[in-house]
Amino acid sequence: MYSEKVMDHFTNPRNVGEIEGASGVGTVGNAKCGDIMRMYLDIDENGVIQDCKFKTFGCGAAIATSSMATELVKGKTIEEALKVTNKAVMEALDGLPPVKVHCSLLAEEAIHAALWDYAEKHGIKIEGLSKPKSDIHEDEEDEAEEY
Amino acid sequence: MNRKIYLDNAATTKTRPEVVEAMLPYFTERFGNPSSVYEFASQNRTAVDEARAQIAKVLGAEEKDIYFTAGGSEADNWALKAAAEAYQEKGNHIITTKIEHHAILHTCEYLEKHGVQVTYLDVDENGAVKLDELKKAIRPTTILISIMFANNEIGTIQPVREIAEIAKEHGVLFHTDAVQAFGQVPIDVEGMGIDMLSASGHKLNGPKGIGFLYIRKGLKLRSFIHGGAQERRRRAGTENVPGIIGFGKAAEIAQATMEERAKKETALRDMLIERILKEIPYVRLNGHRTKRLPNNVNVSFQFVEGESLLIMLDMQDICASSGSACTSGSLDPSHVLLAIGLPHEIAHGSLRMTLSHETTEEEIEYTIEKLKEIVAKLRSMSPLYEDFVAKNKIPQED
Repeated sequence: MYSEKVMDHFTNPRNVGEIEGASGVGTVGNAKCGDIMRMYLDIDENGVIQDCKFKTFGCGAAIATSSMATELVKGKTIEEALKVTNKAVMEALDGLPPVKVHCSLLAEEAIHAALWDYAEKHGIKIEGLSKPKSDIHEDEEDEAEEY
Repeated sequence: MNRKIYLDNAATTKTRPEVVEAMLPYFTERFGNPSSVYEFASQNRTAVDEARAQIAKVLGAEEKDIYFTAGGSEADNWALKAAAEAYQEKGNHIITTKIEHHAILHTCEYLEKHGVQVTYLDVDENGAVKLDELKKAIRPTTILISIMFANNEIGTIQPVREIAEIAKEHGVLFHTDAVQAFGQVPIDVEGMGIDMLSASGHKLNGPKGIGFLYIRKGLKLRSFIHGGAQERRRRAGTENVPGIIGFGKAAEIAQATMEERAKKETALRDMLIERILKEIPYVRLNGHRTKRLPNNVNVSFQFVEGESLLIMLDMQDICASSGSACTSGSLDPSHVLLAIGLPHEIAHGSLRMTLSHETTEEEIEYTIEKLKEIVAKLRSMSPLYEDFVAKNKIPQED
């Protein structure tokens, strides 16, 4: 079902975790559809992404695309990171099954959401970046229940 | 562990060697068409009827009331569509539940497009039909109640006898999809008052591509597949002789071993359920704790998603299934899990493990250990868990 690269990034995901005091954090997707991605960026004063980490709730493809997206934006400038599209993520993973393409879109959105957060925190405007579409915090409803 | 741990017996089962052995001659020297006149082929007629008798015996049914089909889905389609047609003068209303297999649900949706009215009953939090709601749903135009014997996902066994009584009191036909239950739990169509019953060969260590519909004598259901005079003119097509022979053999073995199997599987099932609930935090059991199939375990792990769980289990040679959207090919998780009231994100984290007579305690032990590791790994990657931990100030080990 999945390419070797997808399986590799799923089983050995790169850059899993959190960044304390991150320059920007973005969370996209929602639990209802079964995919949530959170991306942390550490951006230096020259606008270069020094570090990137993620946490993802989702299927194998969602985890693999998150992992690959972090690899692709690391070391890039903000402008370059904006060019990391879902297509680029998919190509880097040697493709995804058609039903999983939305996972790669989520990865792109997660990068954008984290950059948007960075821009808001620093009071700057990033050319070509619009407010991310989905953010779970907008309609947070689920209280974690203990079973 | 150096072999595959197969915990997906509700999806399909391994054909028993005795079954394969019984079938093999019917591919080779006994290849004849049972409808042919010459001796070697017409002997197959007797063989087919012997298999029919083996199956009838498991159900306490009359032999001639068993009609072979190409599987459970065909039997379900036949029962519903033919009943809707045969009883249209009496009415056009069918009652079923929200947790049926798609072979029933999609057939009902098809019938709705052709003027049939369908009530889809809710179930309680364990997945059992509420009998008072069933009674209330019956109308003068109700012609059929179709409720599954046991659920394929959560294993809950329905109060079939009570349902049949209600149907009888109101003069309504009762069909049950027993694909998961046939050969697993005792069924007595006479004693329980079942009018029609669907079953499938490959769920009880028989072959795929063979099933049957039991139709109580006297029901005027038309043929579903038109053509030759096979199956007492009710189901045309040259008999799937190897399939029928295999199904008969599988049914015979299932009946002979049922008690012992159920005892063994129930013990392992309960061990699996209890250990998971005890050793893994934030998990719930789906389906009734005791009124469930002897081989069914269905649990939801909070903060993780089912498909990634399945792939990681597969990498440890453990085969299971999930009601997550990612495994259903749609954005919605299992309709059964939603019907028992689970929120979407909990349904996405469901895992079904269905045991067989070959499952060992060692395999269950191994599965529990691997599950603990995998769930912990996926939670360490989950933003939902991160939020939960932050909110509840749960100390984490590094």
